[in-house]
Amino acid sequence: MTAQPPIKHLLGIKGLNASHIQTIFETADNFKTLLNGPVKKTPALRDITIANLFFENSTRTRVSFELAEKRLGADVINFSSSSSSVKKGETLIDTVNNILSMKVDMVVMRHPAPGACMFLAKHIDAQIVNAGDGTHEHPTQALLDAFSIREQFGDVTGKKVVIVGDILHSRVALSNIYCLQLLGAEVMVCGPATLIPKHIANLGVKVSHNLDEALKWCDVANMLRIQLERQDQRYFPSLKEYSNLYGLTMEKLNQLNKEICVMHPGPINRGVEISSDVADSDQSIILQQVENGVAIRMAVLFLLGQQRL
Amino acid sequence: MSQPKLLISTLKLNLIIKRFALQLIEVHGDFSNSAIIGLQPRGIKLAKKLADVISEIQPTSMLKYGELDHTFFRDDIGRGEIFMPKKSSINFSTENLNIILIDDVLYTGRSVRASIDALMSFGRPKQVELMVLVDRRFQRELPISPNYVGVVVDSRSTGEHVKVEWSDEVQQVWLLSNKE
Repeated sequence: MTAQPPIKHLLGIKGLNASHIQTIFETADNFKTLLNGPVKKTPALRDITIANLFFENSTRTRVSFELAEKRLGADVINFSSSSSSVKKGETLIDTVNNILSMKVDMVVMRHPAPGACMFLAKHIDAQIVNAGDGTHEHPTQALLDAFSIREQFGDVTGKKVVIVGDILHSRVALSNIYCLQLLGAEVMVCGPATLIPKHIANLGVKVSHNLDEALKWCDVANMLRIQLERQDQRYFPSLKEYSNLYGLTMEKLNQLNKEICVMHPGPINRGVEISSDVADSDQSIILQQVENGVAIRMAVLFLLGQQRL
Repeated sequence: MSQPKLLISTLKLNLIIKRFALQLIEVHGDFSNSAIIGLQPRGIKLAKKLADVISEIQPTSMLKYGELDHTFFRDDIGRGEIFMPKKSSINFSTENLNIILIDDVLYTGRSVRASIDALMSFGRPKQVELMVLVDRRFQRELPISPNYVGVVVDSRSTGEHVKVEWSDEVQQVWLLSNKE
């Protein structure tokens, strides 16, 4: 993040270029070396305070960010909307400004409203890291997904990646599309027509409604969860039918005459979008994704944390 | 100081490296319990060259070689300058080893302090020594002292810097004014 104008916030992949992403990956490589050693901490951000504001449920992302922050030596404040004054009617800006008045340098925020992080970045001084804003973007997930593909294949350029499932409600899908395309991968989205946004082909992605065809085409299949909590109407007749058509099973993988790499951003609904034997198979890199998440988030926080003066 | 001053010529540098190699062989024997680690970015070339010379002089030595980056352990992160980490590559356990850290110039001592912390994240070595090509001994900001030194520069001026030129043809060390 040096050669070009420095990035103050990480609001989405859309604000980055390929060079930013390479810098993040190279920094994450170094953090991964550190994390695999006996001492997993550095004091790099020892004089920084980071607030994790989670206005939406999260396990993996919150734990991953918290671990990354603590391993960088930062002071960490955790905040979740369920146990806060938000319940008493406080606005987002008031809540955040109150937290910032306690001298917080950086805010990691997850929020159900798309654009919430961008809104916050315009109105407060602290650096913002988007940990998922509604159906908009989830940049660190896309970065760790691409980083995991790079680790698996040596390079992302030229790889064919299919994102399968609920593309309509997925912030992971949008960030992945931006990130993979910046790195030179080909992207396809696959799912029932009702869960594919109408004009998504304008982003330069292929669209398929047939999982078998998509699997034949791809090197990597990123299986997304059906986001029932965001669905305000029925998009398919039943989970059983969805699973039959778009669930990844060992049978479908065995029909291919090649080995593909299987990913999932979690949480997994076993037996819906992915069967248990696939999730636990050698072709699945789901747990590597989680491991890489800490290194990627350390890299993002470290690179942003240097630019706070 | 107006004119650049040649501190170490190519010929002298080769002599210093040979001396370093002999000193290390004298202290560390066959290196069965020792490793040399070059400090990123500028200690690497010296460390590689030294490893080659040691292997030439003592082909039976069991020298282990690594490279270490200290960026994450610097004490000036977030104070204006942006630091990009380089690669650390230590493919052996440092536990209970005698480690020789190698850098080109020892100045304030802050990089070496950070490097020692970075080294400790790989394990607990038995002993850590420091080898530098140039020791600017009156510029120290921390109580750090080298075990092996190529040349000592006694300049008290902060308006000067040491430049190490290290190409295939020329290896020289210069003392220059900061304007140059």
